[in-house]
Amino acid sequence: MPLGLYLLQRLSALVMAPLVLVHLGVIIYAVRSGLDAESLLGRTRGSVAWGLVYGSFVLAVSIHAAIGIRTVLHEWLRLKGPALEALTWALGLGLLVLGFRAVFAVTLA
Amino acid sequence: MEAQAEHVTTGDEASVHVRVWRGDSGGGQWHIYRVPVRRNQTVLDVVTWIQQNPAPDLAYRFACRVGVCGSCAMTVNGEPRWTCRTHVNRVLRDGQLSIAPLRNLPVVRDLVCDMTPFFDRWSEAGGGFVPGIDRHRPLPAIAPDTLARRAADAAIECINCAVCYAACDVVAWKRDFLGPAALNRAWSLVNDERDRGNRERLRAVSGDAGCHNCHSQQNCTQYCPNLLDPAGSIAGLKRTVMRAVLKGEF
Repeated sequence: MPLGLYLLQRLSALVMAPLVLVHLGVIIYAVRSGLDAESLLGRTRGSVAWGLVYGSFVLAVSIHAAIGIRTVLHEWLRLKGPALEALTWALGLGLLVLGFRAVFAVTLA
Repeated sequence: MEAQAEHVTTGDEASVHVRVWRGDSGGGQWHIYRVPVRRNQTVLDVVTWIQQNPAPDLAYRFACRVGVCGSCAMTVNGEPRWTCRTHVNRVLRDGQLSIAPLRNLPVVRDLVCDMTPFFDRWSEAGGGFVPGIDRHRPLPAIAPDTLARRAADAAIECINCAVCYAACDVVAWKRDFLGPAALNRAWSLVNDERDRGNRERLRAVSGDAGCHNCHSQQNCTQYCPNLLDPAGSIAGLKRTVMRAVLKGEF
């Protein structure tokens, strides 16, 4: 694994760790307080703060997961070179697009 | 099903059912031998008995027989071990024993591995000592109780038996990975205040095949017959490289 990717994966983990706790807290709060979808969206739509929280979460997950799966593909399937790089980028960008689509839907749409 | 050849050579005396992998780099098969039980018998004793009795052409490697040289390492019942320090009665499974060459290294013949890749990794990791003074200058006094010296002393006890290299799953998956022994050696030198090769060494251990590939599974530490901690050494290298990056030395 190139040193740059190792550092990027650690950095993205640092960002993800507190955001995972925030996300779990949101889930527990929403479920226990009996909020329905409408009232949840009412709180998140137009909120720059929630957009930033979940936007940075999605960015960190996309980087972290793509590098992690790159290692699995390299070690278990012996992929390397352009094929490995292309798959890693495809995974990262795919997660980024799907994630931002969801963030957009609950904060801006 | 695996091919097997059976060689039954003992009479009624108590015996152990031993499977020995025999072949070369092109492939091989398990051979079965009945080996008489002896008191305090080691796995190396078993291999030697087979070579001296039913299979004189069996190839294996050993030297000291007392856990000093590290040359008799083999895979015993699926685990890498020094055969000279492994008593048969402690590793028997249902009265059976299987003996194969070390994993992750090319086989020369039967139980003998080619250690070349192992020592190549050792060199690639900057395992050679780089002196800072010549013979005409006085030797500096080295304090034995500093944190760095204690780390160097702990890692320096490695005798390069390749048990950790055979136990490492990352080596099995990624053949150019430097591996635990080479990285442990690099960690010993990183902590040696007499050495002057750390800039190049840290570059070597942080390359694409370097310490950052370690998944911290710690098979190396689990199986090290010398009770060293190569996984801890690798973690130390990761921290040192990270500090060097933060200081802008890379």
